[in-house]
Amino acid sequence: MNWTSPAEFFAMGGYGQYVWGSFGVALVVLCAEWLLLRQRRQAALSQVKRQLILREEESR
Amino acid sequence: MFYPLAGKLIPWFAVAAAMLTIIGMYVGFFMAPTDAQQGEGYRIIFLHVPVSWMSMFIYLVMAFWAAIGLAFNNRLAAMMASALAPTGAMFTFLSLWTGALWGKPMWGTWWVWDARLTSELILLFLYIGFMALQSAVDEPRRADKAGAVLALVGVVNIPIIYFSVQWWNTLHQGASVSLTQAPSMAALMLIGMLLMALASWMYTVAIVLMRVRCIILEREQHAGWLDELKEVKQ
Repeated sequence: MNWTSPAEFFAMGGYGQYVWGSFGVALVVLCAEWLLLRQRRQAALSQVKRQLILREEESR
Repeated sequence: MFYPLAGKLIPWFAVAAAMLTIIGMYVGFFMAPTDAQQGEGYRIIFLHVPVSWMSMFIYLVMAFWAAIGLAFNNRLAAMMASALAPTGAMFTFLSLWTGALWGKPMWGTWWVWDARLTSELILLFLYIGFMALQSAVDEPRRADKAGAVLALVGVVNIPIIYFSVQWWNTLHQGASVSLTQAPSMAALMLIGMLLMALASWMYTVAIVLMRVRCIILEREQHAGWLDELKEVKQ
């Protein structure tokens, strides 16, 4: 399937809004999931570090 | 032991997911032919089918780990179930979303109370219910048990979704790809779709391993071994 021009590619035979609406939302949702997870990881790590410091102070 | 191993595996699966997606999209958009009836619109299939397969498959895997967690009182198994749910819910949403965007031009409607669509919507509620239930119960161990019971009860919905197109005369297309007979699809369309399905598998493994590591960090703080982790010491 060879597209003659980028415009034709994005038009997607008249179904552009549906095709790119699907792929666009999928890209946004996947990136959101990944970013949220990275935030969650940073939060979890900092919490572990705080616990570690607390325990060290208690043991001193 | 599991924590560092999972950490090493994540990049590999993430890279595999990215590469398979690029190849799959290339095949889907630049090699697969135009469809006789649907023209270019059918290309949504390269997203709709993989995410729909994943929405069902992840639920089965989630129910499996939930059962293991329940039966053997195994914390890691229960954590795996909790880690799978958000990604399963996300794929179910994408399945409904891409289905609606495909249905609008082809059927003339975003939504119809069709057996397949309705049971997929129920699947979305099951995922959300699982996550809500788990966050509602404050004590992690009881939350796992409660979630496991819900997950196992919900498993009956998966065959309903899968066979809905055969049991009831649904507006939704019947299975063009099934384990029994040869697929009734153009080869390149099929290859593109399978590549994207494989990419969604790799993505799922990577993201779920990442999430289960987060859950471990959140839940195992009493255990001493977390302190030796290099990322904690930095």
